[in-house]
Amino acid sequence: MKKQGSDSNPAPVLPALPEPLRDLKIKYTKIFINNEWHDAVSGKKFEVFNPANEEKICDVEEGDKADVDKAVKAARKAFELGSPWRTMDASERGRLLNKLADLVERDRLILATMEAIDGGKLFSTAYLMDLGACIKTLRYCAGWADKIHGRTVPMDGNFFTFTRHEPIGVCGQIIPWNFPLVMFIWKIAPALCCGNTVVVKPAEQTPLTALYMGSLIKEAGFPPGVVNIVPGFGPTAGAAISHHMDVDKVAFTGSTEVGKLIKEAAGKSNLKRVTLELGGKSPNIIFADADLDSAVEFAHIGLFYHQGQCCIAGSRIFVEEPIYDEFVRRSIERAKKYTLGNPLLPGVQQGPQIDKEQFQKILELIESGKKEGAKLECGGGPWGDKGYFIQPTVFSNVTDDMRIAKEEIFGPVQQIMKFKTIDEVIKRANNTTYGLAAAVFTKDIDKALTFAAALQAGTVWVNCYSAMSAQCPFGGFKMSGNGREM
Amino acid sequence: MAALNGAVENGQPDKKVPPLPRPLRSLEVKYTKIFINNEWHESTSGKKFPTYNPSTLEKICDIEEGDKPDVDNAVEAAKAAFQRGSQWRQMDALSRGRLLHKLADLLERDRVILATLETMDTGKPFLQAYFIDLEGCIKTLRYYAGWADKIQGRTIPVDENFVCFTRHEPMGVCGAITPWNFPLLMLVWKMAPALCCGNTLVIKPAEQTPLTSLYIGSLIKEVGFPPGVVNIVPGYGPTAGAAISTHHSIDKIAFTGSTKVGKLIKEAASKSNLKRVTLELGGKNPCIVCADADLDLAVECAHQGVFFNQGQCCTAASRVFVEEQIYPEFVKRSVEYAKKRLVGDPFDARTEQGPQIDQKQFDKILELIESGKKEGAKLECGGLAIEDRGLFIKPTVFSEVTDNMRIAKEEIFGPVQPIMKFKSLEEVIKRANSTEYGLTAAVFTKNLDRALTLASALQSGTVWINCYNALYAQAPFGGFKMSGNGRELGEYALAEYTEVKTVTIKLSQKSP
Repeated sequence: MKKQGSDSNPAPVLPALPEPLRDLKIKYTKIFINNEWHDAVSGKKFEVFNPANEEKICDVEEGDKADVDKAVKAARKAFELGSPWRTMDASERGRLLNKLADLVERDRLILATMEAIDGGKLFSTAYLMDLGACIKTLRYCAGWADKIHGRTVPMDGNFFTFTRHEPIGVCGQIIPWNFPLVMFIWKIAPALCCGNTVVVKPAEQTPLTALYMGSLIKEAGFPPGVVNIVPGFGPTAGAAISHHMDVDKVAFTGSTEVGKLIKEAAGKSNLKRVTLELGGKSPNIIFADADLDSAVEFAHIGLFYHQGQCCIAGSRIFVEEPIYDEFVRRSIERAKKYTLGNPLLPGVQQGPQIDKEQFQKILELIESGKKEGAKLECGGGPWGDKGYFIQPTVFSNVTDDMRIAKEEIFGPVQQIMKFKTIDEVIKRANNTTYGLAAAVFTKDIDKALTFAAALQAGTVWVNCYSAMSAQCPFGGFKMSGNGREM
Repeated sequence: MAALNGAVENGQPDKKVPPLPRPLRSLEVKYTKIFINNEWHESTSGKKFPTYNPSTLEKICDIEEGDKPDVDNAVEAAKAAFQRGSQWRQMDALSRGRLLHKLADLLERDRVILATLETMDTGKPFLQAYFIDLEGCIKTLRYYAGWADKIQGRTIPVDENFVCFTRHEPMGVCGAITPWNFPLLMLVWKMAPALCCGNTLVIKPAEQTPLTSLYIGSLIKEVGFPPGVVNIVPGYGPTAGAAISTHHSIDKIAFTGSTKVGKLIKEAASKSNLKRVTLELGGKNPCIVCADADLDLAVECAHQGVFFNQGQCCTAASRVFVEEQIYPEFVKRSVEYAKKRLVGDPFDARTEQGPQIDQKQFDKILELIESGKKEGAKLECGGLAIEDRGLFIKPTVFSEVTDNMRIAKEEIFGPVQPIMKFKSLEEVIKRANSTEYGLTAAVFTKNLDRALTLASALQSGTVWINCYNALYAQAPFGGFKMSGNGRELGEYALAEYTEVKTVTIKLSQKSP
């Protein structure tokens, strides 16, 4: 995610980067219901690990169906007609969201340090990008709260008709581990802005920043029951949400595989509304007339950002034949420049993968690349003796039938393929069940706009990658998701 | 009207009633010059003009008197701030929104100062300035802060091989001429959407009441708006005001004031450069009370509706139509209310009504009161000035008013309530609509069908049902007919401060 704006932009400039906190104390490890902290009904806890050194950070209360039931009850009560939340002015809801943004700004350092330790995320990125996006998204949605308009409608006959855009009700929200805090905010901000109440299940790998937000939500003054947070595992707490008969909507960000299960459960239970943000195998198309340096850099960041653990990762790079060799050469050079290590330290460009399961899956796909005949240009294996680190890896001469060209890797593995014509690359780019994002690099206006129309992707970037902002809708075509966020 | 919003602590409204705010004694007026490029300037001519406290009739201070050369300087600054590549043009929309939020924060911080200044300058009761004017200003700024990064154009499927989209661009340099009845609030109603959409401003506050507008100049600078984005030129209508409406480099003008002057402004806009025009003008607003109304509610609302702000509201309920059956009772209760109304020192917490703004208005109101007596209306109470007390007029109620009387046709802008009788719905609709004004209307009834029928039939920009002066930043406000052109507040105001550009790009072949 690139910094927007230029030097002549006088208002909010990126803050100077402070040092991460030493000896960060984890204060919030319980289940958050009705603005209070609860133990799990079962008495069970689960462990949370630092993926950089595989050490345990702390234990967290393990929520299951019984806890989800409690949370849903609280959320339902907070949504009752006549409740403080339902009778609050819409503009006041906006004020609370802005207040929450103020508190996130105040505790930016705590949250960034926590996110880096829990998620293996570079501290500099967490502080500047993740926290920046959280604050902006909260403020953006705060502004919408009292601008949710219905319409008056000229109906036939003696009738007066108007529409109301009402909150849906109790919303279940299941959050992933790659951008724990940002995805938490992407879900609660619009939900609360529209007057819903929520039950959030953060990823079991990364519950800490979500639980900290519970304390800020209470401090900001949201009425009890409006936001409830139940840490736990997918098959237990997550499934309890997607099957719940009293949850009106479920929003999920994660793998396409689990997304399908959730939509199925929604259908089987009470037809709850479903939005899904799932995986991608996003094509990044580079034409010979592109600014080559810019294209190489964007393609690199577009894949390697956050150790490749992005749904939008540009993991199929199609390069027009005439510049293919040069592009590969520069991409390898770029990938080799990396320092891996403790994500809290300055000067580190790449942290660990999130856990053992992902680590093994990525290594397996790298092996398949080698076996199926792609050319390994650099990297290709693990790094270090502790933590889940993988060397930045570049494959060239990749063909469309290889596993690395078809399956989502979610790791620091860049695939570069060759193309000749526009029609050919459009077909190949679209030849996937995914459809989250895509990019095209060209100076030609005709090409740019043709691709903008032809690509089956929820976002098409022209001469950039990962350009996202709270104001822009984001979501997937086909099996990359249902619906839009932001 | 906007009530005090209690703090919400953990979802429970704050039970403690906070103490009433108190005005500042011996407040020093710091800002009396012309504000251009975030700096304070003396007038080119060297002239100054006095501003008075209408309560004490004493001069508060002298203000630099802006005229055409000062307006020219302000426009130059506003133009430069709007240039392609300028700080203001390059700023992210979200950042514009943040600046508006911060401005709201500073108004909150200096709320007592501003309310005190507003009371000194206008004579309005201090608690009303604090709880109503300032509340409206803060909420309006925050409302438009939220819109700044949501001003969206559209993509449009045109025929043949084209990509077509619209951009909603800022208009450019906007002139704003503001009135003396709600000086700061009317300024914020213009400033907030204008800045939200990325425009720059040249403002001329009313000569009677420049103080709060100039104070806000200091806050604009403190918040960090780039120089030239907001410029304030105090002065008179025929000089500084006319310089704005005829200026060839001003792209749009927004005016709140009398219909008479509004017409001059639209004429001047046409004669000069066809600058876009929005006008918020006068009203002679019907307040219709049906026999099935909640009578207490109707009496109170009609009373506040006409007497609020010393009767000096464009929304004043200055034609009260009461259904025959309840007419005597309605008049009786209205007179009771009017007699109870406390007129006095606006800094006294008990005062409900302060002085009229100046001698000219005062004389005009008394003249219209005399016409009421002469033309045969029944004077129920009041009807004259409060002797030896300057510009204070007794709350006045006329009954047996008929549609041809001057007090039923002309905007009084004073504490005078004309009450008339009606028999049928069709009759009152005709009578309510037979005016060239059309700003607001109110209906009191419990009957759903009647309420919605009247809501459709009345030719007014706002129709209130079982309430009065319910004005909120989210809801658009403006006039039908000669009460104005265009809308302020709500999403609708954005259209008045943006210019639509359509971009059409040819493609080599048709795209889906």
